[in-house]
Amino acid sequence: MDWGNILGNAVGELISPTTAAYALAAIGLGVHFGYTGLLNFGQAAFMLIGAYGFAIPTIEFGAPLPVAILCALIASVLFALFLGIPTLRLRADYLAIVTIAAAEVVRYIVTTTGLTEVTGAANGLSGFKGTFAASNPLPDGTYGFGPFTYNSYDWWVRIVGWGLVILASVLVFLLMRSPWGRIVKGIREDEDAVRSLGKNVFSYKMQALVMGGVMGSIAGIIFILPRAVQPANYTTGLTFFIWTIMLLGGAATIFGPIIGAMIFWVVLSLTQGVLYGAIESGFLGFLSTTQAGQIRFMLVGLALMLLVIFRPQGIFGNKKELSFSV
Amino acid sequence: MSSDNAAGGTTAPAIPSTHPLVTGTVGPGCAKVDPIVVADGVSRTFGGLTAVDVAHLEIPRGKITALIGPNGAGKTTMFNLLTGFDKPNTGTWNFNGRSLAGVPAFKVARAGMVRTFQLTKSLGRLTVLQNMLLGATKQPGENIFTALVRPLWKSREAEITIKADELLARFKLDAKREDYAASLSGGQRKLLEMARALMSDPELIMLDEPMAGVNPALTQSLLGHIKNLKSDGTSVLFVEHDMHMVTHISDWVIVMAEGKVVAEGPPETVMKDPAVIDAYLGAHHDTDLGDLTGGPNLVEDARAAAEEVHEHKHHKEDKS
Repeated sequence: MDWGNILGNAVGELISPTTAAYALAAIGLGVHFGYTGLLNFGQAAFMLIGAYGFAIPTIEFGAPLPVAILCALIASVLFALFLGIPTLRLRADYLAIVTIAAAEVVRYIVTTTGLTEVTGAANGLSGFKGTFAASNPLPDGTYGFGPFTYNSYDWWVRIVGWGLVILASVLVFLLMRSPWGRIVKGIREDEDAVRSLGKNVFSYKMQALVMGGVMGSIAGIIFILPRAVQPANYTTGLTFFIWTIMLLGGAATIFGPIIGAMIFWVVLSLTQGVLYGAIESGFLGFLSTTQAGQIRFMLVGLALMLLVIFRPQGIFGNKKELSFSV
Repeated sequence: MSSDNAAGGTTAPAIPSTHPLVTGTVGPGCAKVDPIVVADGVSRTFGGLTAVDVAHLEIPRGKITALIGPNGAGKTTMFNLLTGFDKPNTGTWNFNGRSLAGVPAFKVARAGMVRTFQLTKSLGRLTVLQNMLLGATKQPGENIFTALVRPLWKSREAEITIKADELLARFKLDAKREDYAASLSGGQRKLLEMARALMSDPELIMLDEPMAGVNPALTQSLLGHIKNLKSDGTSVLFVEHDMHMVTHISDWVIVMAEGKVVAEGPPETVMKDPAVIDAYLGAHHDTDLGDLTGGPNLVEDARAAAEEVHEHKHHKEDKS
């Protein structure tokens, strides 16, 4: 086993754009579930809408970078309104059902062959990175040190991705210490109590849904910058990874989603390296590498269960403030 | 027991038939001199059950009004309807002359009619102070954009914190200021919920069973708080089962049974109303009256309490 390589890959995940994307999606989900108590099981759909909302205008109309980003944001706001208007007046469970169903619906829509011209159907989309690459002010070449050696484009994706994560975290921090945050935390616990004090609960839930959804769609954009758009990436599995990350770090915390995403990806990378290495060197000869890949995700499921049972507040959470009685 | 009239029937009230709060004669649905809430034809059915069917109801301004009645009389449903937490099948009502039918609950609260709940809704995972601040109005920081810039809401936050601290001191919760509300006792939560409702200076505060589950010592201080509300000019409407409390502090009593207002009057006379005796003992004398102390002796209790208050008059404890 090449431990140097395994560790190098694992450490590289700390600042990878994928980790940033997952962290940002988890920050959005934290606004939904952690602070406001909205059971959103369709964060993958917001990421999908961000990805396609950015890629399609860029490819089809040659939209400049800001316009493509704006398209993605508007699409996710509309999606949030579409989900929220019928469900936010109802009990929390209904939002959960509707979001999980809607996430599958949008994934099937972009996969359908009738839309191959626009969405690329099952093959997805590529060739949308030009405008983002052109915005890169960094000099050409490969630089960095140790495992953190990347080319100019890869550095630019990381800088922008983590910059947005920091921006989102600051935004959440400012909001949650404000009277606005007090109201959504009240709604999380008992919306009738908040309603009886003259607050428009529906409007606050909608604001939280839109804000977390927009963060999810920006995460979707960051997610596709190092790769192509693949509809198969946006299954419910993605949503549950985001949930795992959020719960791991602590649902209603500022640093929880960031540290959660880092741990999640470093652990996935480490276990992959170790398992593959063990298989190659014959320790686990009965497993194929494909099977080993699946085992990692079984472990994710196990970790999620253990987390919910033994440390529901996550790493950073305050147990008095957080528990699972939604 | 002398009960000539069936519950829900038009009942001649006990003496006296006039009262300073009332224009005309005292009776179910009588017009008040200065009503703060006027309701007409409010009905609510759940499937085949008519929970509330109130033809006309007026609640006097600046007074403490008790809404009593046996379990299932529709008191809490009436509360929910008036405050927008439930939608009636028919009916209109207005508050301060402003129609509130079909108005969502948060707008009812903003209009100055704030309620508390039978099952206390203190927010356990917010601190006591945060609970209080949540009750305040006109905080610009409750807007998502203003919230981002602290200087825009800091001064208002300071004002409402002072106000919250005053109320907490008044309700003897100041020592618990920074604790999570979940750590409070049941009675303290009732106090917190009442104090929180007062943060918005409501014109009418509606208390749904403020005494339920509160120990006798705390009951005394709660009674004091409710009386203080009246002297501050706030109108109070409360649902209560404890007849002693009702007779001690209320200026006016409205009795509901099977969804209808069956009697109204000042506490010292309404308890003698045949319709009230009927409501409590007549149709349902063998049903469980829950946490009512004394069960079927309730009316006797109430009457005794009324006598206690006004012992200088009406010394005619009837044993017919």
